[in-house]
Amino acid sequence: MASSRSRNALREPAPVRWVLIGVTLLFLTVFLLLPLLVVFTQALASGLPVFFAALGDADTLASIRLTVLTAVIAVPLNTLFGVAAAWAIAKFEFRGKSLLTTLIDLPFSVSPVIAGMVFVLLFGRQGWFGAWLSEHDIKIIFALPGIVLATTFVTFPFVARELIPLMQAQGTNEEQAALTLGANGWRTFWHVTMPNIRWGLLYGVLLCNARAMGEFGAVSVVSGHVRGLTNTMPLQVEMLYNDPGEYSAAFAVASLLALLGFVTLALKNFLEWRHGDELTALRGN
Amino acid sequence: MDISIRNLGKNYGDVVALRDIQLDIASGELLALLGPSGSGKTTLLRAIAGLETINQGSIRFGDIDATHLSVQERRVGFVFQHYALFKRMSVLDNITFGLRMRTRAQRPQKNEIQRRGLELLDLVQLKGLEKRYPTQLSGGQRQRVALARALAIEPRVLLLDEPFGALDSKTRRELRAWLRQLHDDTGYTTIFVTHDENEAHELADRVVTMNEGMIEQEPDA
Repeated sequence: MASSRSRNALREPAPVRWVLIGVTLLFLTVFLLLPLLVVFTQALASGLPVFFAALGDADTLASIRLTVLTAVIAVPLNTLFGVAAAWAIAKFEFRGKSLLTTLIDLPFSVSPVIAGMVFVLLFGRQGWFGAWLSEHDIKIIFALPGIVLATTFVTFPFVARELIPLMQAQGTNEEQAALTLGANGWRTFWHVTMPNIRWGLLYGVLLCNARAMGEFGAVSVVSGHVRGLTNTMPLQVEMLYNDPGEYSAAFAVASLLALLGFVTLALKNFLEWRHGDELTALRGN
Repeated sequence: MDISIRNLGKNYGDVVALRDIQLDIASGELLALLGPSGSGKTTLLRAIAGLETINQGSIRFGDIDATHLSVQERRVGFVFQHYALFKRMSVLDNITFGLRMRTRAQRPQKNEIQRRGLELLDLVQLKGLEKRYPTQLSGGQRQRVALARALAIEPRVLLLDEPFGALDSKTRRELRAWLRQLHDDTGYTTIFVTHDENEAHELADRVVTMNEGMIEQEPDA
């Protein structure tokens, strides 16, 4: 009696639950599932041969290569930076720590277009270093370096943001123990810290990668939209979409990006299922 | 190995944590640092280990001036209050960590490391638990693993920070007697920190009381 009563006390009445669940499902369907469904149906609307022909297009292939190349450079850079920043913030006390934490979040609060503009202002023809760069025949804007810079800027916080709460929750006890046992800083990091953060790190890298490949705004400003040269996949999608007759090709490329999202989500869920205890520290924040 | 501490001082900005500490510990002695929280006893222990920097004074281990040695170079066996076991490593890997981290020239062979790990496990009466992980052990067992891990590096001195603080009173009493026995068998110079007066007097050869960063009384040994 008592137990069934207390359970009732903690539960919303059935109609309330149904309404809440219903509203959530409706929202998810309209705003998430439906658009994704449209992407895939449009991509395959003209049949599989057209779909694969669209993906086999030389400019599209070039955009896929560029996207992968950009991610291959930007993601490791941000992984390195993220681990270093998280380590510094979680394990040391120093002046300006809260400022650093705020700065790491900056790319999240600044519009990606601004991020792109900054690099144009710095390295563009009329920019601060523009004259020097063109003198030395170095191209940054409208070329791979600019795209990598913009992508790195935008995806800057992902790894650090995942690791900081995780490392803070774990404290420095194990590291201190390792030091007293004679391990130097590097070995302590490799043998003690790393095994404790590896799944959180992988999680951050996954999110960072998904964003790096999907970034549109910042890259759009610095890329110059040269087909087959400086178009990443998201830019290619937009261009094809605006081309008469390339409608289904646009959706074919878009479906690849959507697929990337699915794979990221699947891996993320797998990590949470398999290593949930370690990632709890992340979800708590 | 005997320990000699002279004029040791430490402050955090304007806050004095340790004031002019003079302390001699004889080789093979088991010394208790007793005091309320905030008295500086743990800070002193960590300073001896090299986990805290000091502002003045000197620390010697026997003939070695340890004042400017790094934590690693001091080679102290430190047992942390909450054990600080490596939770992703098996019990055996925890115990052999110090040996495995040695430079190639000083590192024993793999099977020798293994052998010494098992020997220590036997010493702390946890035979057969080498494949377990720290989360699968009771508090008392974790404490023993932490001790075995500290002993594995053949430390110059053994430092224990509130070694029984997190244990229930029954386990506490058992471990106390056992630690005393272990100390008499191995002969390591040992300092342990406690806020429990009974524990200090029951277990130690000598009790040093601390208050507000100073050593309060040092009865004639």
